[in-house]
Amino acid sequence: MDLVALLAIQVLYAIASLALISVGLAIIFGMMRVINLAHGEFLMLGGYAAIVATSHGISIWIAMLVVAPIVVGLIGVIVERTIIRFLYGRMIDTMLATWGLSLFLVGLTTAIFGNTTVGISAPLGSFQIGAYRTSVYTLFVIAVAAVVLAAIFALIRWTRLGLIARGTMQNANMAAALGVNPPRVYAVTFGAGAALSGLAGAVLAPVSGVFPTIGVAYVAKSFITVIGGGAAILSGTVSASALFGTINQIATFVTTPVFGEVALLAAAIILIRLLPQGITGRFFRRGL
Amino acid sequence: MRVNRRTFMQGTAATAAAGMFSSSAVAEEPINVASIHDLSGGLDIYGKPMVDAMTLAIEEANAAGGLLGRPLKLINYDTQSNMQLYTQFAQQAALKDKVAVVHGGITSASREVIRPVLDKFKTLYFYNTQYEGGVCDRNQFDTGVTPAQTVEKLVPYAMKKWGKKVYVIAADYNYGQITSQWVKKYVIENGGEVPAIDFFPLDVTNFGPTISKIQAAKPDFVWSALVGGAHISFYRQWAAAGMRKSIPMASTTFAVGNEHIVLSPDECNGMLICYNYFQDLKNPVNEKFVASFLKRFGADYPNITELAMGTYQGFRLWAEAVKKAGSIDRMKVIEALETGISIDAPSGKVTIDPPTHHCVLDVHIAEVADKKLKVLEDFAQQKPADTAAVCDLIKNPTDNQQYVIKI
Repeated sequence: MDLVALLAIQVLYAIASLALISVGLAIIFGMMRVINLAHGEFLMLGGYAAIVATSHGISIWIAMLVVAPIVVGLIGVIVERTIIRFLYGRMIDTMLATWGLSLFLVGLTTAIFGNTTVGISAPLGSFQIGAYRTSVYTLFVIAVAAVVLAAIFALIRWTRLGLIARGTMQNANMAAALGVNPPRVYAVTFGAGAALSGLAGAVLAPVSGVFPTIGVAYVAKSFITVIGGGAAILSGTVSASALFGTINQIATFVTTPVFGEVALLAAAIILIRLLPQGITGRFFRRGL
Repeated sequence: MRVNRRTFMQGTAATAAAGMFSSSAVAEEPINVASIHDLSGGLDIYGKPMVDAMTLAIEEANAAGGLLGRPLKLINYDTQSNMQLYTQFAQQAALKDKVAVVHGGITSASREVIRPVLDKFKTLYFYNTQYEGGVCDRNQFDTGVTPAQTVEKLVPYAMKKWGKKVYVIAADYNYGQITSQWVKKYVIENGGEVPAIDFFPLDVTNFGPTISKIQAAKPDFVWSALVGGAHISFYRQWAAAGMRKSIPMASTTFAVGNEHIVLSPDECNGMLICYNYFQDLKNPVNEKFVASFLKRFGADYPNITELAMGTYQGFRLWAEAVKKAGSIDRMKVIEALETGISIDAPSGKVTIDPPTHHCVLDVHIAEVADKKLKVLEDFAQQKPADTAAVCDLIKNPTDNQQYVIKI
């Protein structure tokens, strides 16, 4: 029974971390149809921002929850203004440009921080479930994911900003005709997506450590989640994370991490075969 | 003058011959020594100290007048934790740079990539990393420790201290696969049991489900043969789950990449390890070595690792053999090494074991204590018994394979 509880926490954690690393990408892809191949590097930069801030004496919580999203969000805005905005509507070109950006960021961080793994110890200690122990930090990651998703929902659903964003997403020309400035919406959205990626990278840094090429480990999973989820940003991310996280974690527990990854990928392939438009192409179609 | 094929060939042959004579006439032409190590990428935590040790060894040799009256030139190849580059650089070292010897390879996978290349192009090869044992190849010398020298000592020590049920976690390639079998063999021989062995690819960073699994199995201690930067997160997650205090750990790989300095004391104190070399070994040779190493690379150098010492000793053994052979010719140097050449190294006496091309050397059990490695027990002059059980290059000089133990 205790083991079931522990497993449930692990599964929730897997879902939460998938949702966290994917939501930034989902926003950028869902709003602007930009395939951001530098997404993994945004996560990596978030990790470094948190670690550097912590080593300069800033509280780990502020470093993770405030410094990292702001730093990476600003980087995102700069990237959008200098590179991405010239390439809207040219999907192949944006892929090429963001891939180049990804290589550049990996090279830059390697030059600055060296190609070694750095990390911070996870705060908060551990707690007991019957005969088992697990870290409180696991619960913290789950909570962060829940808060982030709820905040995005509230923002898109109930604020004027969300309304404008949704309008621009559906039909940019019509939104422009109604007085919205789409380039500005895009810049803000890209920055927001980057900031969320930075937050995710920072929150996961104490768990997995950070090194310049860690983005590779994240980027494939986040793309699979976003594609598996389909067009709707929130319900897509949540449903795909729930499906893949559960499969991955249970397969890992029953067999080995290798088969856990295999199961995740197999599930993704089957899903895309059955639902080419992703989960929200068929279910939750009216979701956000 | 008409140039036809014949006169052209004669001309070039004469030039080539002149080139040959002139090179032997100028005695100072350097001897090229290749170092093929990962200086970037996930394995650089191992590679950098190895290259530093190599650099120091070559500088010392040159300060003492070089070898055979010729200076030594170190050629570094950074393989960037990429297996393809190993093939490429091994070929380049053998064919283009015509090195006298190659020192290099970190993971067993990389060794098995360059070993056939260097066999084919008849270039002497030193593999200086502690590994799973069993390589039997006349062209190769192994200066690192193998399971019969370390695991055999550490298993009974840890079982006596903690208990008989051992959960093994290992990196998923030949090193982890084979070493975990050795651990299992020694645990069973000492009357214990191994409920499970779990393997992890080198890029896995989420160990949550594994940590739950280990708790469900309730072992007396965990044996880690994890490798590389990504796997460090296992120790973090283990400590974060509060497990370090309830289930202790022993390892055949920990601290080789200075993990004990990267992690906080709270994440790894008390872990048991067993290697040939620790920086704090008390003997005059080592004290002198540490002093000159720190002078060369800075007093704040984090830690001189097992692999760095393996590389240093590997080079010294080769240099000793070259002196004895009076030549850098591959076969003459191999024969000189096969006389059972011996050096007084910082880790103690190190002797080549002729039938296996491995080393007889001292090993020590140590404990991680506040970013330091505290030596607990010494075992003098351990033989490479695992490889010796299967490999005899004196009887079968043409043998060329890696033996894998069967359990």
